[in-house]
Amino acid sequence: MFQHCTDPSTLEGLSWLSCYLTTGKHLSIYWSVGTVLLLLAITAPVALAFGFGGASAARSRIAPLSWLGRTYIAIVRGVPDIAFFLFFVIALDQFFEWLRHEVKCPGWEGSIWQGNDFVVCPEAKLPLSTAPQIWHEVYGFSLAVLTFSIVFGAFAANVLYGAMRAVPRAQLETAEAYGMTHRQTFWRILVPQMWVYALPGLSNLWMVLIKATPLLFLLGIEDIVYWARELGGSKTARFTDYPHGDWRVWYFGALLVFYLCFTKLSEVVLGRIMSRLTRGQATAGGEAQRKAA
Amino acid sequence: MSCWEVLADYGLRSIGIGERLLPRDDFSICTQVVLIGSGMIWNIYFGIVALASGFFLATVLALGKASRNPALRKPAEWVIFVFRGSPLFIQFFFAYFLFLSLKSVSPVFDPFTSAWLGALIVLFLNTAAYSGEIFYGALLSIPKGDTEAADAYGFSGWTRFRKIVWPTMLRLAWPAYTNEAIFLFHATTLVFFSGFPAWQQRGDALYYASYFADKTFNPFIPYPILAGYFILLTLAVIGLFGLVNRRLNRHLPQARRARLRIRPQIIR
Repeated sequence: MFQHCTDPSTLEGLSWLSCYLTTGKHLSIYWSVGTVLLLLAITAPVALAFGFGGASAARSRIAPLSWLGRTYIAIVRGVPDIAFFLFFVIALDQFFEWLRHEVKCPGWEGSIWQGNDFVVCPEAKLPLSTAPQIWHEVYGFSLAVLTFSIVFGAFAANVLYGAMRAVPRAQLETAEAYGMTHRQTFWRILVPQMWVYALPGLSNLWMVLIKATPLLFLLGIEDIVYWARELGGSKTARFTDYPHGDWRVWYFGALLVFYLCFTKLSEVVLGRIMSRLTRGQATAGGEAQRKAA
Repeated sequence: MSCWEVLADYGLRSIGIGERLLPRDDFSICTQVVLIGSGMIWNIYFGIVALASGFFLATVLALGKASRNPALRKPAEWVIFVFRGSPLFIQFFFAYFLFLSLKSVSPVFDPFTSAWLGALIVLFLNTAAYSGEIFYGALLSIPKGDTEAADAYGFSGWTRFRKIVWPTMLRLAWPAYTNEAIFLFHATTLVFFSGFPAWQQRGDALYYASYFADKTFNPFIPYPILAGYFILLTLAVIGLFGLVNRRLNRHLPQARRARLRIRPQIIR
């Protein structure tokens, strides 16, 4: 990276560190931080959409739809989330391949379950075995995003369902008295008012989402945990210009600090948003702000 | 093989009693149910020991955080922030590699690199931090009248804490603490997916469930079995904590008793 890095064995102290931390492999770990942030940026809105769908379904007057929504919400209770992560990644992959299999190879003989193997025709493989490496990575990443969204959508649905019920009943009754239909009441009265009630739960959820990102490496993504294990392990002089012992404790210490800072930053930002949104609201928080001013 | 034989062979496999090799070709439902159930022994062990020991540290942390003396308050605040602010997964990794490097310093640290002790310590500190925050919140919301009445009766120091403050704190914190207990049990599934090795394939329920999912490439059987076990465990925890909740609230009129509400919003 730098000019003085050409012969690492002569380096010492800070200049050695500056070279060590900018090797090609270390640049990948910095990129993987970007992967984590990208996942957060995509997952958060998608999970919110899933949650909104789940919460509206649970409130529905159509019984099967309401059961569906409630089951989706109830799924997060009682079962460890990591089990969902491990489950959905395989299940979704098989589901997509099975769908393509049904469409592309109608003449296929035999079952897709052969003994302990899951077999689909070669044209239905996702991504195709001839596809370039980048598509395999993109596919893996989108599976991870979808998995995260499904699991966190259930959490968000729980929060939004609670928020919808927290909107004062009188508001909805007034809307009905004015002759609004069910749909109008929902979109014009309920949805705009529920966000204030949902925000504490949603910001909690954001923290939880941040703290779930190290699970990405279990889903086969080369994320920061993967690279920390990779780079921290002991290296001999044969394979690298920077031989060292088992340094994983330092790498994971750095990850710990990274997550602590990220959490703290989010806490501060979310606190500002909350105080901004409560301004002028007829809630205890808004009242406290008015008195303090 | 009949199901009874499977039970005899694999029922206690996770603690090293019974068949040495994991099943390689016989993946019947019975085998999966038995082996995953056998793994639950570890989840229950981690959960119960961490909860029981973490309870005391949590009380200390809560009192420390509520203390006016900064020498007590600051460390408690930091412990709570570090363990609540970072992913449990990273804590496991960090602790494992920390113990691993300590191991080369002195053989005293040998057992710390194995899951039964090393992971237990992490879970203990983690649940202590989460429950400490819950207890701290409860400590702040103790009704003023209760402590005033205690002062009026001449309670002070240890008796005041033991007879008045502590029971009220527990009573107020109990519903949230029940949630914490449930999620601690869920968190125990992370142990063998972090650095801690499953020695001789003695793993927990999720370890075996993912073993089956890998071997059969069919996630639709082992994971629902695991889910079933955890739902049972959750119900048992709710039942037990509900009994304690009844006892803590026994002096209150029926209508004012705090009900247990399960709010699934915590992942570590």
